Amino acid sequence: MQLVQSHSSKFSWQTLPWQQFAPWLIPAALIVLWQILAQIGIISTRILPAPTQIVEAAIRLALSGELVRNVVVSLYRALAGFLIGGSIGLSLGVLNGLARRAELLLDSSIQMIRNIPHLALIPLVILWFGIGDSARIFLVSLGVFFPIYINTFAGIRSIDPNLLEMGRVYGLSRKQLFSQIVLPGALPNMLVGLRYALGLMWLTLIVAETIAANSGIGYMAMNAREFMQTDVVVMSILLYALLGKLADSIVRTLERWWLPWHPSQQG
Amino acid sequence: MSAINYTKSDPVNVTSGAHVVVQDLSKSFGNFQVLKGMNLEINAGEFVAVVGKSGCGKSTLLRLLSGLDTPTSGQIYIDEQPLGGLNPFARVMFQDSRLLPWRRVLDNVTLGLKYQSQQRGQWALQEVGLADRANRWITQLSGGQRQRVALARALVSQPRLLLLDEPLGALDALTRLEMQNLIETLWKEQQFTAFLVTHEVEEAVYLADRVIVIEDGEISLNLSISLPRPRNQGSAEFAELKMRILDQILGRPRQLERDVSALPAFQS
Repeated sequence: MQLVQSHSSKFSWQTLPWQQFAPWLIPAALIVLWQILAQIGIISTRILPAPTQIVEAAIRLALSGELVRNVVVSLYRALAGFLIGGSIGLSLGVLNGLARRAELLLDSSIQMIRNIPHLALIPLVILWFGIGDSARIFLVSLGVFFPIYINTFAGIRSIDPNLLEMGRVYGLSRKQLFSQIVLPGALPNMLVGLRYALGLMWLTLIVAETIAANSGIGYMAMNAREFMQTDVVVMSILLYALLGKLADSIVRTLERWWLPWHPSQQG
Repeated sequence: MSAINYTKSDPVNVTSGAHVVVQDLSKSFGNFQVLKGMNLEINAGEFVAVVGKSGCGKSTLLRLLSGLDTPTSGQIYIDEQPLGGLNPFARVMFQDSRLLPWRRVLDNVTLGLKYQSQQRGQWALQEVGLADRANRWITQLSGGQRQRVALARALVSQPRLLLLDEPLGALDALTRLEMQNLIETLWKEQQFTAFLVTHEVEEAVYLADRVIVIEDGEISLNLSISLPRPRNQGSAEFAELKMRILDQILGRPRQLERDVSALPAFQS
């Protein structure tokens, strides 16, 4: 046993750096290639500025305070929309998952609305809310609502009825059945919904901010386009990628915390 | 629930088995009558096994005893009290272990316990020989270990009636033998009333004080097994009882009587 343990710890010590660096190898190589191609003039800086120029642009905007201000505004819109749409999606998903009558009443209406691409509503939303923050928050809420709703609903419905029956025989109350069997059983699906929702949250926000806004990352990009500041445009796009990656990492961390039992978290 | 004293400090305290009376019990699903006016008495602490072809109604009887289903007509009495709703004295062990994968082994065992759950859960795991697996996830256990956890979960509240719904059906032959011995040992130690539904005639004869054959919703054979424990599956008496039950289930003429009586042991 001792031998096996020391062997396995040596094994993981050797593989750990590789596992940490491997995902970054291709992006790093692409950036190096990009820098070289830009410097020897194969890529025109007006089409795609070199990575160093983008970093310079980021530093310039950070120093002027413009970068932080726009990022904060975008984050606020994203989070507000996420909280509103997410909480409505979660509550309706739980309600319809638990009660057949509620499902009968609500689900087909929800499915009808879901089949309208929410970005197609932009003209209507602008008419309703003007071009203020409420229009963008409304759109983000709508985008976030459906993945959370559908996956919560599906998660609750996929619970093995045999487990619920077992819970009843073992004397669990309705409340305990919900908190000890339904909720933990639906959690993997709910986190899948969360991941999709966060993706849609950024997507919706980008579109909403590029079409009509006077602040935010999307506005910063559109504004820079007018002045041919390609470096700022590319930086804004990279910023979205970074924030999207951050949101994804948060979900992964939640999965590690909440689903330690799940096959996806083992081995 | 008042009969089970949760404040007892020593979880090994024995509670006596439940006395069960089934009176004119019928159960229909739509037009299909699964149980037809069944009458049955099970003494406190008795081990009764029910065998029969699939669809004969044996699992339905178990579900009625657990209170998961309600009878169409007739009544079940537990210690002279009519059963209405879930049976608070009973625990069920299912064929599929029905453990919660999001709980560790010990937390599965203590499901639904209100008092001293950690201590009593450890005790139950010790009884089934899995005390060292308390902190494992369910997915890390073998099929036999999962059923042992399910048995611990059933026994932790010291039920007065243990309902076993083909609990060993999905296990391999060797693990099944181990589990049969474990169930017998725990039954002798804790003296609960046991009701085992199985399609394994050998298992029924090995474990039960009495084997009941159900055919088309009625009891067609009610046979006491008085062989001394632990039973020897290889003995002629064991084989005779087993064949008698099989003949009844399969509707074979009792030609066996002749064959067995030809054996030297039966010629006295």
